[in-house]
Amino acid sequence: MKPIPFLIAASLLAIANPVFAGTISVEAGSDAQSRLQAALIDAKPGDTIEIGAGRFDLTDGLSLDVDRVTVRGAGPGATILSFKAQKGAGEGLLVTADDVVLRGFAVEDSRGDGIKSKAANRIVYHDLRVEWTGGPRASNGAYGIYPVESTDVLIDKVTVRGASDAGIYVGQSKNIVVRNSIAMFNVAGIEIENCYGADVYQNVAMHNTGGILVFDLPDLPQKGGHAVRIFSNRTEKNDTPNFAPKGNIVAGVPNGTGVIIMANRDVEVFNNVIGENGSTNIFIVGYRNSFTDSGYNPLPSNISIRGNMHGRAGFAPGPQFDGGAEMVAAMGSVPPIVWDGTGTNIRVTDTVPTLSLGLSDPKDRATSANPKIVDLGSSPEPVALQAIVLPSSMEAAIR
Amino acid sequence: MKRALAVLAAWVLLVSASSPPEVDDTLIMGDTLPPSLKAFNLLSGSYGRIPNAGVTPYRLNTPLFSDYAEKFRFLYVPKGKKIAWREEGELDFPVGSVLVKSFGYPADMRKPDEHVRIIETRLLVRRETGWIALPYVWNADGTDAVLKRAGLRVDVSWTHLDGKPRAISYSVPNVNQCKGCHDDGANGLGLIGPKARNLNRERQLQALYAAGKIDRLPANLPLLPVWTDTMTGNVERRARAYLDVNCAHCHSRSGPANTSGLWLDWEQPEGPNLGFGKRPTAAGRGSGEGEFAIEPGHPDRSILIYRMQSLDPGIAMPELGRATVHEEGVALLSQWIAAMPTKDAGHP
Repeated sequence: MKPIPFLIAASLLAIANPVFAGTISVEAGSDAQSRLQAALIDAKPGDTIEIGAGRFDLTDGLSLDVDRVTVRGAGPGATILSFKAQKGAGEGLLVTADDVVLRGFAVEDSRGDGIKSKAANRIVYHDLRVEWTGGPRASNGAYGIYPVESTDVLIDKVTVRGASDAGIYVGQSKNIVVRNSIAMFNVAGIEIENCYGADVYQNVAMHNTGGILVFDLPDLPQKGGHAVRIFSNRTEKNDTPNFAPKGNIVAGVPNGTGVIIMANRDVEVFNNVIGENGSTNIFIVGYRNSFTDSGYNPLPSNISIRGNMHGRAGFAPGPQFDGGAEMVAAMGSVPPIVWDGTGTNIRVTDTVPTLSLGLSDPKDRATSANPKIVDLGSSPEPVALQAIVLPSSMEAAIR
Repeated sequence: MKRALAVLAAWVLLVSASSPPEVDDTLIMGDTLPPSLKAFNLLSGSYGRIPNAGVTPYRLNTPLFSDYAEKFRFLYVPKGKKIAWREEGELDFPVGSVLVKSFGYPADMRKPDEHVRIIETRLLVRRETGWIALPYVWNADGTDAVLKRAGLRVDVSWTHLDGKPRAISYSVPNVNQCKGCHDDGANGLGLIGPKARNLNRERQLQALYAAGKIDRLPANLPLLPVWTDTMTGNVERRARAYLDVNCAHCHSRSGPANTSGLWLDWEQPEGPNLGFGKRPTAAGRGSGEGEFAIEPGHPDRSILIYRMQSLDPGIAMPELGRATVHEEGVALLSQWIAAMPTKDAGHP
């Protein structure tokens, strides 16, 4: 054999070198489980896994643990990962690596959560659908899109239907954007829980029990949720009766609530369209359960509600809303904004009535309430929050 | 000179052919993912039932439940190296070590040593870069096992302890699922079973020390109860041992389920993070009708028991390796919760 000239040898080596991103294609057909899972295991950093159009019938959860991998389907209406026959694992797809991009596919009927990412920094969820196809049922999985314990999260142009807890749930994370997405027929449409820094905008939350929730809970590694902006969303006609299991925190969400802010600080709700919500449009409350976590603050503070366009509210308060029926009897309806009366510096300048329940402690029940219409427009305006900026690589990934 | 070397080489070949097979340290330390289990030379005999020289069988006080599978455990430490003693947590195995675990089902659980069908053998191999997990599935005649990194489901049946037939879809985990339990955060894969306190039985630790495989041995050895043996601990201690082994690899402050705030490790003090009066975080329908992970005095209302009793993948705990309910484990934890004073419930 003639010696190969050095330059050619070098370029041959380069072709085989894993720094050059490759594409792994997986088409629909038999044995989808092992072929797709094998691709997710064999992928090298920088690779793209292309999932073809069609229906993939899966028997177990899928998982990805390789950094810088893009998983891309032919579109959320074309590439369907069905978990109807799932026998194991707590979610449809689990991601535990950084810089992963998920786009262009659907996850249907997973037994637990739809897509979960844990400790997966700079994750991008784009152009996805997660759906429980039998409609809202208690037997559906808990969360549709579920990033947790991550820094830099982008959720853009996703649709989630039927989650028995929250459609889009971001937990214990930092620096988050949720936008251009649709959440329908879930208990909670979009929920930001125990998070630091989130922008939630240009989403549609309709026909859930509650539209958009900003919560903070005790006894978790990350708590003290703050710096959340909810703006330019539509959260309307949230009319699905609560179908969450009893012990879940969202089981207390009143049927027909547009926005709930619970036990967070520094939250802005502005320029949203909020209406046709049977219990109320905006609900600002403290954490009602007992707790022993000494590092936990159960009260809301520095809340700014402004410039929202309100439609009808409070015409059919759910049974979870203490004293709702009495308010309807006395006033005709529950006002569009309700505050439990706890916490500090709650500012509301929307031109609709705000009802304070006048509680001194969020744990107190309606029997001790002293409800009255209040003007919260003279509270000082909290310091404006900065817009969330994500690393440019994340925005570039979806362009 | 050349000729002398050739003779020497032939003699070496002859000697090595007649001596018992040596574990292949080069393969263990390499960077390949060997497609065949046999190539490691760790085990011999049909379905690898016989450990080769240097491969030591061991048992645990309280093992992880895996759908009633019988497990056969072996450890290998390369010549001239030693395990570093750790009082708490897993022992520190040197680079080049292998932990071997075969999973099988006897035809009849009442005769666990007879007619055992070995399904798979899992290796945890300690390389320079950390542990790697390699699941091997045995062929039909038990001559070799092949690597199945993407996992596999195998139909398995047996006669159960109650004399009734059982059949399950047994799941050989894929390598990501291996990490799902064997997760050590930034360190990559970690161990679960081989903690000093769990290995402390039948003078196993003393034997390892005598064989020069462990660097030191304190006079007072930590001890984890045998979860089924009332002589080794009261109900509470045995229940805590069960939780530590079966749950804490995820449910701990640093495990994959850390964000639940439910931490079930041996060292965890009583309180909400151990589940007492702890409301669910992201359990979804896994909470059932319960309000607390553990509601003292009320196992029937405790989410922990509810999830152990379920076979629904959206509810069942642990999430992996659970196609059957571990009835004896449920009974022990129920007994523990039932005996708790209800005044500590943390109930509102």
